[in-house]
Amino acid sequence: MLSLYLILGGLSMMALSGLPACLIARNSNTGQGLTVALFLGGSAAGLFGTARTLGLATPPSLNLPWGLPWGSLAVSVDPVSAIFLMLIFTVPALASVYGLGYWKQSEHEKNGRRLGLSFGLLAGSMALVVVARDAVLFLVAWEIMALSAYFAATAEDDKYEVRRAGWIYLIATHIGTLVLIAMFALWRRATGSFALEAATGLPTRTAGLIFALSVAGFGFKAGLMPLHVWLPGAHANAPSHVSAVMSGVMLKMGIYGIVRMSGLFVECAPWWGAALLVVGALSGIIAIAFALAQRDLKRALAYSSIENVGVITMGLGLALLGRALGRPELILLGMTGALFHVWNHGLFKSLLFLGSGAIIHAVRGRDIERMGGLAKKMPATAILFVVGAMAISALPPLNGFASEWLLYLGFFKTLESSSVTGISLAAIAAVVLAMIGTLATATFVKLFGIIFLGSARSGETEHAHDPVASMTFPMGILAASCVLVGIFPMLASPALEAAVRAWAQGSAGTLAIAGIAPQAWISAVGAGLVAATAALALFGASDSRRRARAGNAQRRGPTWDCGYAQPSARMQYTGSSLAQTLVGLFSFALRPKTTPTRAIGHFPETAEFESAVPDPVLDRIVEPAFEAANRALPKIHVFQQGQTHLYILYVLIVTIALFIFGGLGAGL
Amino acid sequence: MIDSLVHVFLVLLFPPLLLGVINKTKAKFAGRKGAPFLQPYHDIVKLLRKSMVLSSTTTWVFRLGPVVSLASILAASALVPLGNSRAPISFVGDFLLFAYLFGLARFFTTSASLDTGSAFEGMGTARELTFAALTEPAMFFAFLVLARLSGSLALGGMLRSASSIAYPVGSAAPFVMIALGLFIILLAENSRIPVDDPTTHLELTMIHEVMVLDHSGPLLGIIEYASALKLFVLGSVLLDVVLPWRFGNPLFDWPIFIAGMLGLALLVGAIESLIARLRMPRVPSLLIAAILLCGSAFIMLVR
Repeated sequence: MLSLYLILGGLSMMALSGLPACLIARNSNTGQGLTVALFLGGSAAGLFGTARTLGLATPPSLNLPWGLPWGSLAVSVDPVSAIFLMLIFTVPALASVYGLGYWKQSEHEKNGRRLGLSFGLLAGSMALVVVARDAVLFLVAWEIMALSAYFAATAEDDKYEVRRAGWIYLIATHIGTLVLIAMFALWRRATGSFALEAATGLPTRTAGLIFALSVAGFGFKAGLMPLHVWLPGAHANAPSHVSAVMSGVMLKMGIYGIVRMSGLFVECAPWWGAALLVVGALSGIIAIAFALAQRDLKRALAYSSIENVGVITMGLGLALLGRALGRPELILLGMTGALFHVWNHGLFKSLLFLGSGAIIHAVRGRDIERMGGLAKKMPATAILFVVGAMAISALPPLNGFASEWLLYLGFFKTLESSSVTGISLAAIAAVVLAMIGTLATATFVKLFGIIFLGSARSGETEHAHDPVASMTFPMGILAASCVLVGIFPMLASPALEAAVRAWAQGSAGTLAIAGIAPQAWISAVGAGLVAATAALALFGASDSRRRARAGNAQRRGPTWDCGYAQPSARMQYTGSSLAQTLVGLFSFALRPKTTPTRAIGHFPETAEFESAVPDPVLDRIVEPAFEAANRALPKIHVFQQGQTHLYILYVLIVTIALFIFGGLGAGL
Repeated sequence: MIDSLVHVFLVLLFPPLLLGVINKTKAKFAGRKGAPFLQPYHDIVKLLRKSMVLSSTTTWVFRLGPVVSLASILAASALVPLGNSRAPISFVGDFLLFAYLFGLARFFTTSASLDTGSAFEGMGTARELTFAALTEPAMFFAFLVLARLSGSLALGGMLRSASSIAYPVGSAAPFVMIALGLFIILLAENSRIPVDDPTTHLELTMIHEVMVLDHSGPLLGIIEYASALKLFVLGSVLLDVVLPWRFGNPLFDWPIFIAGMLGLALLVGAIESLIARLRMPRVPSLLIAAILLCGSAFIMLVR
């Protein structure tokens, strides 16, 4: 029980960490230091409490008095909650330390205190979301989380782009919440209570409807395509450490919702898993193609988050399919892979977003086509970024590979069954995951290469330098965890196995990951790979020193450009041209807009070429729809006269109408 | 134990000979005498001794690229069964590691080429990344077929069960189809004709060669060796599929394997002599053909 109090205390401390700073002058950094200290204290308490729950046989739970007429203040920490709590108590803490250098109070007098307050609330409410065991409490926490994320993401609300992205987010998140309210109402109707406890014997149709609504409602938050409309804009325009938390942690609250709700049903139909597999695969492949086509660094990272959420959803789909078909090894591999990827994505994506903050801080812009050659000016950031880029491309020996490997194994395990549907779905999933992998590699080679390698494409990179220690230190911790978890994936297995058992309610059997997936070999080969590379590199270095002593040193010269003696930075390949052939292959989904002017004649006029890849849902469907609504709806203005007595009249009319309606209903 | 030693010995020393055989074959087709079979060894040793010229644009990434790619292809070579040896390292799911080790090599070779800031190397990188996005799905379909047929999820079992289990005639067709698909992957991944021409002299039309334009001396030597090794490793996977017979006797199996590899090099050389390189925009069609071949092979098994 102590662990639960620690967690609750920690989350309240995090939530309120921004308050004292509001009483301190806006131009002093003391308040921010106090905020971060409180935040770290809360995180440490919470993390300690969460670690203590891991060994417990029964999850600690609590039911506190609650003033509202519905629901109850029921909280509990089971292994599934613990998985998400560990993410919530680490990544935001690192991001808040990063904020000390990145968003200095004395440099952001206008919004620093507000950002600190909303950031703390965001982290605290996320923790409350995952411990809540009552639908009403859950929704309250959910709404605080949505609103505080809005205020944190729109810190720079003097910019039009930021306000616009904020509005889109606010609308999208509330549509999602509406769906969730409908879902919980149905849940209440079906089970007779708001309590989020396992229920059996629900009618198949109701259960299916609740599941579908939960996928839709939580899908808005997780950013599943086509519900991702808010995501790229909000992530691109938020301060980078807020983007890191939104992408690394907040999106996972959507995943948590789907995991929690699907775990409440004892029986589930095969189509649930199949639907998640299809939705995840589509999200993954389309989003990574969009990420490849972006030239805004943070938009590219945001689309890649949608891709990773897609991959996680594929894992959930496999686990649900395993439950419906009664195959424990599919449940274990699918769910462990998905939850493991939740962690791993939290680590490497926040690393990359924090890295993007360091880059933006240095060059004052997000357009990668204006960067280049930063590895020489920001060597530490370059190394940290490349670790994140390799991890997210799922390359061994890093953590992205460790979790995708489990998912792949799960997909290949379905081959043993004779069910045609299962096999063909899994086959497609494995091949889609392979394709996502190569496209992710392409995306991150492009980002790393265009930003850090080659030579500078504009004067903006001239004064770039590595950021202060308070910014590199959190990134260093994240990068080190990516390597550690990548080489020793079995460290995570006990917590993940416990969560899968809690979720599967006995249908996962007593299988252990070590029994079906030999992770020790992954460590062995990973460590071998690191050792071999280090040995070769050291040998090379000593060899070149020996040569230098022998008077046979390396020489430096210009890059070979086919005999052309004056290569300039403008002649380098750009990110857009690097991606162009692949974007062309995916043009059926991406529909890139190009405005070419052809060069005609021997002495052509100045020719221009422009290309852009607009978001398919936001720019082609949602915006036109909202604009049409904007044109059509002013007709209702007739009723809105601004005169109080008219409004009272409306109230009267509606009340009478309700009386009549109710009377008719009772009479019939 | 001895088989594992032979495995390591072959992996380390045999690959450049394949290039020698390919070049000799091409010379014979062209009516030339051709360089000796051992020429690639001499070339690599010579390069390793030379001094280096580094572009002033480059960073540590440029120097690390060839090293990581060699290390990861060496690691991949330990996962494939060769001749009489089951792979030194074999475990459930090793084929995924095998595929992703090539991804790791690709990440570093492409990054190293972008490090030079040259437009030509950018073109090579763009092509390499594009074609990889098409060969990878084909490879995974081939893995699915092999896993389904053998019931094993380790490369050793997937490639070797063919000798112990009598397959029904119905599985012959999928085998032929994935063999064709794997051969296309082999040509594309190793930048051979008809996808890429390793002897071309025009930077604009190259893929792999243009990515390493700026590497010189020992780094170029490592790259040459690593690409020979890659040909050897992918070739041995293909060989395991098309030559499923095993006698269980090292005196037969090793010579068969070596003869098979030499035959494969001969075939690659003959193809390079007989057909022209495809135009760059046509290459994706060839790779999509590989996806379709391997994908249809899988569909035939599921039915």
